[in-house]
Amino acid sequence: MRRGELPWLRASTWEHPVTPAKVASLAPRLALHGISKRYPTVVANDRIDLTVAPGEIHALLGENGAGKSTLMKIVYGVTRPDAGRIEWEGRAVDIRSPADARRLGIGMVFQHFSLFETLTVAENIALALDGRTSPAALATRIRDVSENYGLPVDPQRLVHSMSVGERQRVEIVRCLLQSPRLLIMDEPTSVLTPQAVQTLFETLRRLAAERVSILYISHKLDEVRALCDSATVLRGGRVAGTAVPREETNESLARLMVGSELRECRRTPQPVGDVRLQLRDLTLRSVDPFGASLNEISLDVHAGEIVGIAGVSGNGQRELLAAISGETRAPHAAIRICGRHAGSLDPAQRRALGMSFVPEERLGRGAVPDMSLADNALLTAYHAGLVRHGLVQSEAIETFARDTIRQFAVKCGSERSLARTLSGGNLQKYIVGRETRLDPKVMVVAQPTWGVDIGAAQLIRQALIDLRNRGAAVLVVSEELDELYSICDRLAVISRGRLSPARATAELPVSTVGVWMTGEFSSASVTHE
Amino acid sequence: MMSIASPLLAAAAMLLTGVILFSALGKSPAAAFHVFFVEPVASLYGVGELLLKATPLMLCALGLAVGFRANVWNIGAEGQFITGALAGGAVALFAGGLGIVTLPLMLLAGVVGGMTWAAIAAFLRTRFHTSEILVTLMLVYIAQLLLSYFVHGPWRDPAGFNFPQSEAFEDHELLPLLIDGARVNVALLLALALAAVSWFFVSRTFAGYRMRVAGQAPAAAAYAGYSDKINVWLALLISGGMAGLAGICEVAGPVGLLSPGISPGYGFAAIIVAFVGRLHPAGVVLASLLMSALYLGGEAAQIELQLPAPVTSLFQGVLLFYLLAADLFITFRLRRVASAPVEPATAPTTVQVSTSQ
Repeated sequence: MRRGELPWLRASTWEHPVTPAKVASLAPRLALHGISKRYPTVVANDRIDLTVAPGEIHALLGENGAGKSTLMKIVYGVTRPDAGRIEWEGRAVDIRSPADARRLGIGMVFQHFSLFETLTVAENIALALDGRTSPAALATRIRDVSENYGLPVDPQRLVHSMSVGERQRVEIVRCLLQSPRLLIMDEPTSVLTPQAVQTLFETLRRLAAERVSILYISHKLDEVRALCDSATVLRGGRVAGTAVPREETNESLARLMVGSELRECRRTPQPVGDVRLQLRDLTLRSVDPFGASLNEISLDVHAGEIVGIAGVSGNGQRELLAAISGETRAPHAAIRICGRHAGSLDPAQRRALGMSFVPEERLGRGAVPDMSLADNALLTAYHAGLVRHGLVQSEAIETFARDTIRQFAVKCGSERSLARTLSGGNLQKYIVGRETRLDPKVMVVAQPTWGVDIGAAQLIRQALIDLRNRGAAVLVVSEELDELYSICDRLAVISRGRLSPARATAELPVSTVGVWMTGEFSSASVTHE
Repeated sequence: MMSIASPLLAAAAMLLTGVILFSALGKSPAAAFHVFFVEPVASLYGVGELLLKATPLMLCALGLAVGFRANVWNIGAEGQFITGALAGGAVALFAGGLGIVTLPLMLLAGVVGGMTWAAIAAFLRTRFHTSEILVTLMLVYIAQLLLSYFVHGPWRDPAGFNFPQSEAFEDHELLPLLIDGARVNVALLLALALAAVSWFFVSRTFAGYRMRVAGQAPAAAAYAGYSDKINVWLALLISGGMAGLAGICEVAGPVGLLSPGISPGYGFAAIIVAFVGRLHPAGVVLASLLMSALYLGGEAAQIELQLPAPVTSLFQGVLLFYLLAADLFITFRLRRVASAPVEPATAPTTVQVSTSQ
């Protein structure tokens, strides 16, 4: 019998008066009282209270740097609070390590993945289960769980060959295998297709019906309103308020998070100029057996327009971006930058032609984790007067970094802060800022706002639109349709290594994009305008 | 802060091990330590010896540190040391009549000799993706055999009573001494100057910056368009050239001729020096003094305490071992994994049950 069918376990029942014998099972799953955590330069959490009932889906909302991640690290035993009490199912607990947390029944899906790239999915999950089960024995269970929850994952695949979206699936499956009673999800939908998000929500609702509590961290207010029973909003390390998301609007929730009104990003139609980035029948066989091969991709991006590429992760985005950036070489004539053949040029030579690039991975690719923000400015901005006679100009670099930090409202200690100490959104603002300030003729951006809070996302999108207004050609590859619709002039879809024709966003219904995502765009007339 | 603590911890642990070792061998630890660490530097001559032996270690380790920071693992400095000595020695033996330019020419040839040997590894790595770790190591043995061939064969001193060694270098082919009464020579000043240059290169030049990025985040280097080939070539040429310079300075200094025993393993010891010095030029200078003291102490221990020769290598190995251990325990924590079952027995519902219908 399914436990969810037992009348006393129904969500509505536990609010009713009950006999003392049942009190223990009716205590909140998790209750935080007055949790505080101070770091040398910042108070990350200031007397935070939070209660999650069994079977409740509780949203934790807040801007980057509001203290959500710190709070979740405390619950998961990664960091210890300076003050405050944690109660688990009615009794005070001291969570000293993630292993403690897992023993209690707390599972967490991280925003930055903690997977070993050189191991297979099954091996990674075996490690997370304290290494007591052989990967081979796990494979069947992984397959069962992943299929049941609509999260397709091949247990034998090596993690390094997987896209961000696929890795996230592995993280979720890994948590589900541990049968958690509280599941913490840090922005789980950021790289899923609309359909996959729906599947995930069904999964989460089913888990909730099974009395699993879910702490759901997200910036997507629509999702929070559709999914969550209640919400706690953090701002500046404190609880700014609690809400029932279903009864709120996006605007009212955003106001609570930001503390002020949000600016909408504005894009007015404008005439386009000459072709700045041109792909012609770009075909590349993938060297990676799990990668996607690119098949006759053609696309024009003009000066003064933003072209978006939508698609489910793992359909060739990674390969296409590497071919455009120069990290993989392509046939020389297949790519033109500002009219010059560029397929066989290296990334530095393409930059010299006027291209800037914001990669999907921020730490380790877009920025060197253990270098300061100033040193990271030098990474790609070396032509902006930061190097003279082969010598590094420290003052020019620090000025460049400081200006970028100010102009893009990057929250950090100073330009001397190490890149890895910044939150994902702040580092992204810094990287986008660095690339934008190079005044590119062609700007290529991968996942511009993945895992970035609304305030920062707005700023980044506006920066891209401003760049377009100044006459740059902008190409955005994203898995977030809402974002692409809000900023792009034209939109194409990539599926299984093939690219659909690009259409004006205003004339392209979402349903068509959905069909294109499955690879069915042969019927659409292929034209290069 | 911890990065400075771990070499100090390692040195302390090494000394402690020394106490246990000396006690086990039936020597009084206090007396042994006196012989090992104090006596060798109790005189001006002794201090000179300390600096003399620190010089080749410093030169090799400075170059290696630049490469290691760029994630290029040249562990064959010993081989490049030998080819540097061979190339420089060849100038002394066959172009000795050039007067004042002979010595600079020898040094230059030494650098080129070391670079050439390292270039083989660089070519193979950039062209065929071979591991520079294996190639540089294997080239050490080839260099040793090459040296052996020359001093046993074509370059053997006809008046040398059949010893496998070349003719002794002329005075103008030897590096000038720094002070009377000690054997330390101007190579020390060269090494200190190169330490400053290496610091400048790594922290102030764009080329040095690119190498640091390549070492810390290869994907970021590829993204920014820094050439991996240039990184490998630079790292190997710099470390090879420095090792070659160390080699020629050794034969144009205290040794004074070519023989099979020109290096007591300086090239390998320099790897330890580079790590104990935290890959930083200032650290390398200090660490080379420590390593030099171990060499001197080892020799003294052989003579005065009748301890076997490998005692030096033993201390070197123990030092590296403790350093790596200290780094490991500073970064990670050792924990016993409880033998608990994987599935929490109290889980209310398993995922499988919930989806069975």
